Amino acid sequence: MALTLTMTAAACGGDSEGATTEDGKIKLTVATFNEFGYEELIEEYNAMQDEVVVEQKKAGTANEHQDNLYTKLAAGSGLSDIEAIEVDWWSALMEQSDAFVDLSDPEVEGRWLDWKTEAATTPDGALIGYGTDIGPEAICYRSDLFKKAGMPTDRDEVAKLFGTWDDYFEAGREFVDKVPGTAWYDSSGGTAQAMINQVEYSFEEEDNTVIAADNPEVKEVFETVTTNAADGLSTGLTQWSEDWTASFQNDGFATMACPGWMLGVIEGNADGIEGWDIANVFPGGGGNWGGSYLTVPAQGEHTEKAKELAKWLTAPEQQVKAFEAKGTFPSQVEALEDPALTGSTSAFFNDAPTGEILADRAEAVPFIAHKGPKFADINTAFQQAIQRVDEGKESADEAWQSFLADVERLG
Amino acid sequence: MTLDSPAVSPVGDGGDPERVTAAPAGAGSPLRGRRPSPWRRRLSRWDARLSPYLYISPFFLLFLLVGMFPLLYTAFVSVHEWSLLGGQGDYAGLDNYRRVLEDRYFWNALRNTVSIFLLSSVPQVLIALVLAGLLDTQLRGRTLWRMSVLVPFVVAPAAVALIFGNVFGDRYGLVNEALQAIGLSPIAWHVDTLASHVAIASMVNWRWTGYNALIFLAAMQAVPRELYESASLDGAGRVRQFVSVTLPMIRPTLLFVIITSTIGGLQIFAEPRLFDTQGLGGSDRQYQTMTMYLWELGWRVRDLGMASAVAWLLFLIIVLFALVNLLISRRVGTLGGRR
Repeated sequence: MALTLTMTAAACGGDSEGATTEDGKIKLTVATFNEFGYEELIEEYNAMQDEVVVEQKKAGTANEHQDNLYTKLAAGSGLSDIEAIEVDWWSALMEQSDAFVDLSDPEVEGRWLDWKTEAATTPDGALIGYGTDIGPEAICYRSDLFKKAGMPTDRDEVAKLFGTWDDYFEAGREFVDKVPGTAWYDSSGGTAQAMINQVEYSFEEEDNTVIAADNPEVKEVFETVTTNAADGLSTGLTQWSEDWTASFQNDGFATMACPGWMLGVIEGNADGIEGWDIANVFPGGGGNWGGSYLTVPAQGEHTEKAKELAKWLTAPEQQVKAFEAKGTFPSQVEALEDPALTGSTSAFFNDAPTGEILADRAEAVPFIAHKGPKFADINTAFQQAIQRVDEGKESADEAWQSFLADVERLG
Repeated sequence: MTLDSPAVSPVGDGGDPERVTAAPAGAGSPLRGRRPSPWRRRLSRWDARLSPYLYISPFFLLFLLVGMFPLLYTAFVSVHEWSLLGGQGDYAGLDNYRRVLEDRYFWNALRNTVSIFLLSSVPQVLIALVLAGLLDTQLRGRTLWRMSVLVPFVVAPAAVALIFGNVFGDRYGLVNEALQAIGLSPIAWHVDTLASHVAIASMVNWRWTGYNALIFLAAMQAVPRELYESASLDGAGRVRQFVSVTLPMIRPTLLFVIITSTIGGLQIFAEPRLFDTQGLGGSDRQYQTMTMYLWELGWRVRDLGMASAVAWLLFLIIVLFALVNLLISRRVGTLGGRR
């Protein structure tokens, strides 16, 4: 029994700073989630210098990554040398800015879009994260299913259909009439998320007072997606669930809101399916969904080397390559004008000029929604409420009431 | 970690130090003729008295370090305001306990835990008993059968969750597709409360039944065969022999398995946690267990004070369950033993 206990204890302490490799090189780890498009870049970095060996640790979902980050941040050890952080969680971690190395450096001044840098700068001027990507959103759609419904299939024609959310949902009602068995969009949660991201102050006021319960815009998003679900527009599945992944292979739905980083996800899940395309439009103007930063936790042993690596990875040239690999859209000013980006096309999305489309979409983003320290927690409760309606566990009214109780509980 | 510690004491301190003391004392006697100095005599007396405790001390030292200390530290944390990232705050008395007991999700988690525990532990112990009874007979290829019941146990829980996730998919899962193929309506495994509990319990059972069966088997093989001979001479059939000979004879093992599976069942975490991707136990927390609730408070809400309060409440609940179990099994055991 004692033996079991020691072994468990050892296992808990696991993967901490195993700092050097056998041949005396420094080992650096980079922890990311979903698809960052870093696989080839890391190989390139390992080949171009011989001081450090870089290893990537990939988590399946942002939540999983975040749980790990919180746990090890609290423990004070065990974090990777570089940790990616998603923008939804950013402000909760900004309160712990001491745990991260100040990365400000004259070399990187003006590298990113202003708002991206501003969000990563603490009140006393420390820059604690290097921007990686942003999530300008477009609409991805299945042209083969559109054809079946007698709708236009050309991406410019399709773009004209989706000027506002009402137009988009109206088109959806026509679609589900003609193609029964296939939903209009991938999930209520994803659509709600896209709409919430277009509200400047959704769950929290500028001073981070929680307003989720009384904000009419939040209520409206909730009512819209739950009504749509009742009309059969949604698959009723939750994003990232097994059924959701499987629905890409089963003609489960025809469209989805797709930020740049989602392109890689779609391509992976819909492997072998032909007909995906992307329209240069987003209902209600523009919207940004997600995007991340690379940070260097102060607890690391080789923070200088890690900073160097983070600087290299987030340089415009590298982010353009990451974009080519997985569609993560760069947040670097120079990258946006790089012909390698603007000229890039995607064979999977019917040779669409994805670079140009997403650059247009990025320009259409009017503002970046405010996300305070409670955003991620309230958003989880909001998404769960929508899911309960989708699953028929509660009526829309009941789900809203229990959402209010959850917000109250989160305080 | 802290949660594991209660499991230690009922299993670990079985040794009887008095019995061990006898050996070194006896071994010391030939030296007596040489009239050793009083100092040496005292040393040897200490040796005889203290050594046994020293021999068993590593376990207790380790237990203090990795069992007792976290337990007490958790109690300390539970009476403070304590944020995951911010660390210790003000002394809060029993406030965290009050907040936990007032939270509807606590009671919800308690209900789910007990339900999943009953759905897993009861069939698990019964099936394991029957399985062990069958394995204890003159089967062809006995070793193969005995080994293969342990195979599910070596598969990591995360892998089990992954496989069962596909089996119990609501829309495109194996079970539902089979149900639809024979004209039945699909079951909403991730939505319906009871269905989700059954799905999770089946994961647990799949993993632990064979393991428990082997423990039972080991105990059954130690039952003297003469008892069965005389039982059959008395005209008892196989079933009667099983109930009246086997069960009473393996009662201590039965107790052990029931108590460990109670502890394990009430601490269930990996299977329900990995049953969906959010890890909160479904949209309505319909399969959020106590440990998942603890985890949510600690790591999502980032309130370690409340999470520690839950840990202690869970500890008390487990002690309560173990005591009830002990009483029931004692009663059942004596009834079976009366012939």
